[in-house]
Amino acid sequence: MHSILLFDAALVLEKSIFVVVLFIITLTVAAYATYGERKIAAFFQDRIGPNRAGPFGLLQPLADGVKFFTKEDFMPNAAERWLFILAPASFMFVACMTSAVIPWGTELTLFGKPVSLQLTDLNIGVLYILGFTSLGVYGIMIGGWASNNKYSLYGSIRASAQMISYELAMGLALIAVVMMSGTLSLKEMAIQQAGLNWNIWYQPLGFLIFFICALAECNRAPFDMAECETELIGGYHTEYSSMKLGMFLFAEYINMFVSCAVIATVYFGGYNFPLIDPGWLGGLMGPIVMFAKTFFFIFVFMWIRWTLPRFRYDQLMRLGWKSLIPLAIINMLLTGAGVLLFDK
Amino acid sequence: MQPLTTRSKLVVDKRMNFWERIYLPAIFKGMWITLKHFFRKKNTLSYPDEVRPFAPVWRGWHVLKRDEQGRERCTACGLCAVACPAEAITMTAEEREKGEEGLYREEKYAAVYEINMLRCIFCGLCEEACPKEAIFLTDRIVPSDYVRQNFIFGKELLVEGTTPEKRIDVTKRQKHIQEKITK
Repeated sequence: MHSILLFDAALVLEKSIFVVVLFIITLTVAAYATYGERKIAAFFQDRIGPNRAGPFGLLQPLADGVKFFTKEDFMPNAAERWLFILAPASFMFVACMTSAVIPWGTELTLFGKPVSLQLTDLNIGVLYILGFTSLGVYGIMIGGWASNNKYSLYGSIRASAQMISYELAMGLALIAVVMMSGTLSLKEMAIQQAGLNWNIWYQPLGFLIFFICALAECNRAPFDMAECETELIGGYHTEYSSMKLGMFLFAEYINMFVSCAVIATVYFGGYNFPLIDPGWLGGLMGPIVMFAKTFFFIFVFMWIRWTLPRFRYDQLMRLGWKSLIPLAIINMLLTGAGVLLFDK
Repeated sequence: MQPLTTRSKLVVDKRMNFWERIYLPAIFKGMWITLKHFFRKKNTLSYPDEVRPFAPVWRGWHVLKRDEQGRERCTACGLCAVACPAEAITMTAEEREKGEEGLYREEKYAAVYEINMLRCIFCGLCEEACPKEAIFLTDRIVPSDYVRQNFIFGKELLVEGTTPEKRIDVTKRQKHIQEKITK
């Protein structure tokens, strides 16, 4: 009892600084993901992309931010004022929360003191991530509904239906990994995948399912049903303008960053890479490897977006319910059998 | 009948086999195609920084030439205005005073010479009509503007400068017109 009340001031300070640093990194990565998205899109289409603001257009995210802030903040007359404001805020909040349990590396030695490169090693890290990603749809739902616009409402209905269908398959794919590693903590998972002992070798099908579901969870093309530029003229954020719209778009990029980090952690060994000790450079090698993997998956996300056309709504549902969920269940059964047989 | 394209494919309404139905091979194929484009040479030309080479016959912003001594060649005969199908050219003629011999080649000159760039269709008939080789179309692009009035180019925008570096080279164009007329 006494030890709970007596908190470690140094630990609190360390964690607070870590939160701020992580927050800044997340926002920077998200900002530059918008730049990367435009640049990569341009490259896939044989164009150059933004190159006016700063060298190679590197200041483009800044210019976009200034633009968003200085635009008129319009609110429809019939909108539900309070919820209309709440929606982007909650979407952003939820997006930022997810990165708390991701292990970015082993340990960093600062001022002679080992600093863990994970905000908190929750023993139910996987559940935490699943929980928060499913909360993410609330921002879209509330935003679409509060706008009092039919397109927006359609967007949010689609978003929620899509979330429900794909979260099931996603969870089932993750269960197989959990069965194999016997833990729900992401840190444990990362430790178990030392070297090249990555989960992807044991769970290729699970990875495929998880990856497709992650695309759907992030509302990325080809699953960007909620936005649907051509059908729903922006979907849930049709009525949004100025930085509220900016928040929505920004949060989507944060979601993408976190999803890619989760994929890297769960299936691709997190901060582990063969022949590279994550403790090198005073522990900095771990985060470098981790970020390299994350950025690779962000690139793949964008690559897919600029390759595949959007699914039709019924195709999306059919894929979710009739293909991915049965496949995930089969994958789960196979993993169970494998665990029983080989006692891994 | 000759086919319109060599790449047409016959559409067959057959059931897809397993590999086609899971779409993944097709998806990877598509991604391979886009990846090839990723590393391909870009077609973009950053226009104001880089300029595509103009054709020698390009007809743009007009110039009113001066002769070797820097005198305006135009004598305001009005043949260009007559030749102009868009009626874009207007001018007012004036008599050369004593002491202005260094400014104007002939005894008559254009006090006002205006081309409405919004009316002009850049056909080049004024060049052909000109007996004094005074007007030429150049490879300069008429800049955009917000005000219509600014598109009426007067002498200050049309007559070339006197210093050698402000002269505008029209030899290519001149040659082209010569060929065209002699033909």
